[in-house]
Amino acid sequence: MSRVRVLVGTRKGAFVLTSDGKRDAWEVSEPHFAGWEIYHIKGSPVDPDRVYASQSSGWFGQVIPRSNDGGKTWETAGNKFLYDGVPGTHQWYDGTAHPWEFKRVWHLEPSLTDVDEVYAGVEDAALFRSSDGGQSWTELSGLRGHGSGPHWQPGAGGMCLHTILLDPSDPERMFIAISAAGAFRTDDGGKTWRPINKGLRSEFIPDPAAEVGHCVHHIAMHPSRPGVLFMQKHWDVMRSDDAGDSWREVSGNLPTDFGFAIDVHAHEPETIFVVPIKSDSEHFPLDGQLRVYRSKTGGNEWEPLTKGLPQRNCYVNVLRDAMAVDSLDACGVYFGTTGGQVYVSADAGESWKAIVQDLPGVLSVEVQTLP
Amino acid sequence: MIRVELPAHLRTLACVSGEVKVEVGEQATVRAVLDALEVDFPMLCGTIRDHVTKQRRPFLRFFACGSDVSHESMDALLPEAVVRGEEPLLVIGAVAGG
Repeated sequence: MSRVRVLVGTRKGAFVLTSDGKRDAWEVSEPHFAGWEIYHIKGSPVDPDRVYASQSSGWFGQVIPRSNDGGKTWETAGNKFLYDGVPGTHQWYDGTAHPWEFKRVWHLEPSLTDVDEVYAGVEDAALFRSSDGGQSWTELSGLRGHGSGPHWQPGAGGMCLHTILLDPSDPERMFIAISAAGAFRTDDGGKTWRPINKGLRSEFIPDPAAEVGHCVHHIAMHPSRPGVLFMQKHWDVMRSDDAGDSWREVSGNLPTDFGFAIDVHAHEPETIFVVPIKSDSEHFPLDGQLRVYRSKTGGNEWEPLTKGLPQRNCYVNVLRDAMAVDSLDACGVYFGTTGGQVYVSADAGESWKAIVQDLPGVLSVEVQTLP
Repeated sequence: MIRVELPAHLRTLACVSGEVKVEVGEQATVRAVLDALEVDFPMLCGTIRDHVTKQRRPFLRFFACGSDVSHESMDALLPEAVVRGEEPLLVIGAVAGG
């Protein structure tokens, strides 16, 4: 029977949750890297036992641990993230020029074809690549060199490159997203980039339809249709059918279209999930009711999924990298909260159950479907 | 041999318990100790000082013989008691962060 392994990054360590394909009984590991922030932890699609993690601390900076046994044991890889050339400046919160400074890795995206190749999205926003299993890192500086870099500005959480999507049908194409610059695409393996924000409107910036400056929270893609992208923006849920060349809003009947997480059903490319959050100033569910919303029509028409989720007095948040799906049949959906719960639905969202209730605040959730 | 006491998180990262000992040349300075420490424990590179500038990370402090030597030159000689191994060089995480 197939198994699932859920990799959970939290404010105070990483946890590995495992179950058989029923996804009913779970084993929970002891904390890995106890006391450290684990912004992201993700396994290689080539070899699921190769797992990379972003381990960081305000005291000790960035560390990149790597596992070759599915997260049981770890070794330390490289943590030298040096911007290419003279880093230059971006805009600070007050509009003044501020030098680019490395702070941490937000997201690690292992290659679809090479176990030793992995991408890192960092704060201050830049994209790095390692071709030796995380030992050394090289910036793909064409992104910051796009020309708009000096105009990028941090969002409330920092100026982070938090989303990396690799196109399974085209090894030269990838998508990234930055808060608060927007989404970008390369079609030449990361040498050159262009902003893909046409159709986004952000009323809180000087030019609501600007080419860059949008606070994109997360983007999701179904691997069978890499030209179709779904975005949870600061406000608005958006959809692109042309690889980001243009976007249209699909918030439809959502009770609020603010949120962070978004993901796509493993077997139904038109079925998507979001967790609506009340507002940009109140980062918790509307009315204290934790509800996942599902659209089976690729947006616009949404239904609340509540069975098994707290429907009163719930004031947690679900962060951008804290939702994932497995590829079992029926598709499993997972998300973690800032209150330390990790929920699973083994029936594509119809019903939910807490795997764990009391972890540290969850920063990221990734799922591996294992034979 | 210089005795170095690391904060708990860095002991875990370096897979050591208790103090570590490093060999430095005649110039027993904080810089020399950190150079030796990073050779013996490469996983500590970047966690105590910046990779390039070699500046101490802001929330770490160095203490020797009861004194905070964090703001002294990295090339200042350490106290004799530390050089002779009678006292450790302490690397301490600042009490900060809530």
